[in-house]
Amino acid sequence: MQRVGVFVCWCGTNIAGTVDVVAVAEALKSEPGVVFSANYQYMCSQAGQDMIKEAIKEHKLTGIVVCSCSPRMHEATFRKTAAAAGLNPYMVEIANIREQCSWVHKDMLTGTEKAIILGKAAIAKVNLNAPLTPGESPVTKRALVIGGGIAGIQTALDIADAGFPVDIVEKKPTIGGKMAQLDKTFPTLDCAACILTPKMVDVAQHDKIRIFSYSEVTEVNGFVGNFDVTIKKNARYVKEDVCTGCGACVEKCPMKRIPNEFNLGMDNRPAIYIPFAQAVPKVATIDPNACNMLKNGKCGVCSKVCAAGAIDYTQKDEYINEKYGAIVVATGFNPISMDKFDEYAYNQSKDVITSLEFERLTNAAGPSAGKLLRPSDGKHPHTIVFVQCVGSRCESCAEKGKEYCSKICCMYTAKHAMLTRDKYPDTEVYVFYIDVRTPGKNFDEFYRRAVEEYGVKYVKGMVGKVVPEGDKLKVQASDLIANKQLHIDADLVVLAAAIEPDKSARPLATMLTASMDTNDFFTEAHPKLRPVESPTAGVFLSGACQGPKDIPETVSQAGAAASKVIGLLAKDKLTGNPCVANSNELMCNGCSSCANVCPYGAITYEDKEFRMPDRTTKVRRVAVVNPAVCQGCGACTVTCPSGAMDLKGFANLQIMAEVDAICK
Amino acid sequence: MHNNKYLQEEIIRISGVNPSKCMRCGKCSATCPAYDEMEYHPHQFVNMVESGDIEPLLNSESLYKCLSCFACIDRCPRGVQPAKVVEAVRLTAIRKKGANRMTADAVPAMVDEDTPQQLLVSAFRKYTK
Repeated sequence: MQRVGVFVCWCGTNIAGTVDVVAVAEALKSEPGVVFSANYQYMCSQAGQDMIKEAIKEHKLTGIVVCSCSPRMHEATFRKTAAAAGLNPYMVEIANIREQCSWVHKDMLTGTEKAIILGKAAIAKVNLNAPLTPGESPVTKRALVIGGGIAGIQTALDIADAGFPVDIVEKKPTIGGKMAQLDKTFPTLDCAACILTPKMVDVAQHDKIRIFSYSEVTEVNGFVGNFDVTIKKNARYVKEDVCTGCGACVEKCPMKRIPNEFNLGMDNRPAIYIPFAQAVPKVATIDPNACNMLKNGKCGVCSKVCAAGAIDYTQKDEYINEKYGAIVVATGFNPISMDKFDEYAYNQSKDVITSLEFERLTNAAGPSAGKLLRPSDGKHPHTIVFVQCVGSRCESCAEKGKEYCSKICCMYTAKHAMLTRDKYPDTEVYVFYIDVRTPGKNFDEFYRRAVEEYGVKYVKGMVGKVVPEGDKLKVQASDLIANKQLHIDADLVVLAAAIEPDKSARPLATMLTASMDTNDFFTEAHPKLRPVESPTAGVFLSGACQGPKDIPETVSQAGAAASKVIGLLAKDKLTGNPCVANSNELMCNGCSSCANVCPYGAITYEDKEFRMPDRTTKVRRVAVVNPAVCQGCGACTVTCPSGAMDLKGFANLQIMAEVDAICK
Repeated sequence: MHNNKYLQEEIIRISGVNPSKCMRCGKCSATCPAYDEMEYHPHQFVNMVESGDIEPLLNSESLYKCLSCFACIDRCPRGVQPAKVVEAVRLTAIRKKGANRMTADAVPAMVDEDTPQQLLVSAFRKYTK
């Protein structure tokens, strides 16, 4: 029999206002096992905790029940208190008589009655508690960063600077991500490449960082501190360590008419290519779908002109296995497809473009060498219409757009409009907006400058339709403030397309058992207090994979994720949660139900020898729980048809005892 | 501003539209081909119904200018369906005694050989109770 101590907290008037705490302490005194019962104004205060410690020693308590607030609030506090007095911390039970009792009841009588019942249930449970000891697991001191955009780059640099080795896996031939495609950055108008490329070089030169470009993660096993990851290095048909990036092959390749994805298809590249001048690694890649040598075995020009002898048409995909202690997801975003927005004629006219395409058009390294020219006829546009919120804040058309605000469009549109007016003052620039959202340092000032100093015409209202007619785009739009319908003959229409998580995020989340929201953004462990951690231990989030973000925000989140990773990798051992599932192998019939429902992949099966009553040996398939991976959610315990699965600290027997105590 | 709660609720009920979903983007009015004919534009219908300012709409010629082309319904990003609001206000207007917009007697004078039958059918649907 346990020797139980009961401690009833007033929480000032929070509990004592609607619960007669003295009566509760008195009523619980006569429960089975209870040898001590007290009440106090603030149990969590130092004096309250001292009272618990003294009682544990004086009355030789083997278990305690604290009737107070939610266990999410102070369970850890009281467990520490118990441990300080020499009691196993898992011999502490909390009866929540605040959030689930005093705060929801107005009447003292009912409140008190319910508090007594909740106390009885906790006592019934603690009588069946057993001391638990958390397990320990080692930590592999290496981090994996998935995605090599600015988020991944910053996270990798910060982790590596703390002395831990980092691998970056990037599916494109170069790191740099979306930021490498941008022209200028708001609100300071720094050139994106000028601030990004030095960081890319830092990554390449860092002795703690390895870059797996043109690669993807194909399998993730293991758990926090001990991830086992398979990385597929796609064949680029060029020996990475031999290629000098001289570009002779790119120049001589006869297959020159492949749409250039770096310039969003607005110009062409050869079948062998280096995405842009400052690519890291600066190594050529052969596009196997375009290369004549790989498709038909005819050509071989690149191999002939390569002085370094780096071309290898026989290269195969390579699989690399590596262990990691932590994984950072930095898979980023893409603009959504404009195919379904027929009203804006994106697919009908080359002169209706997305903002990212506009970014390439104004970039000195872009298809028009930085001159703003219409894609259709190469003429200078005189009237430009920018349309905001294309597909953002779009609730009715889930198959078309996204319900959320994409956050970055207001600012980059202001930037585009301002830069256009600055470089080409003879251009008329309209921006159609629903709301202009500029919360950020120097953001609103920037937007106002576009209006007041650069004369950008901001119109409150949306564009209803764009109709190509001759070499003009007929734009029909609302001006809600003037209560007018506007008809503008535009030369260029720029759509601020909503952004969405990269398509690789969803399969990756499945591999990592990391949760996502309905928009495929990774979910954080707590929206306010743990914004860079996934609920899955050891998985961290960096950048736009968690939600739309601009560069400054991405960089700060990347640093935050890095600091969390460093905190994890700095530990030699990890202490687990002892409240994990365990299987009674004598009852387990090996049906796999538990393994199928386990969201963390913590359950495996093994064939085990059992000694039978007739002294023979029989091999049976039984479930085994990896306590380091198990999060104690209990899904397996309710699934198990034979009742073999149980949760330590929350055993079926304990739960039933609680129910019995409530119903008594 | 006159707030007619009864009519407001009636129009919301008939149309099945929740006007508070409107985020004031104006895409309905931007897309409307009959805009110039209308005194009150599609976004105003939604906003005025939301604020209960129904009387001016009931007495406005705008009710009969809406082509029911449903472009606003197709393009509204919030699924508000402005054309259904216009229709509900129109029904509220013509359901009053003697408020039919068109009588059968007046039809022969309007018809010529080029008038499709479909036009007459939909006109009766739209202008009479």
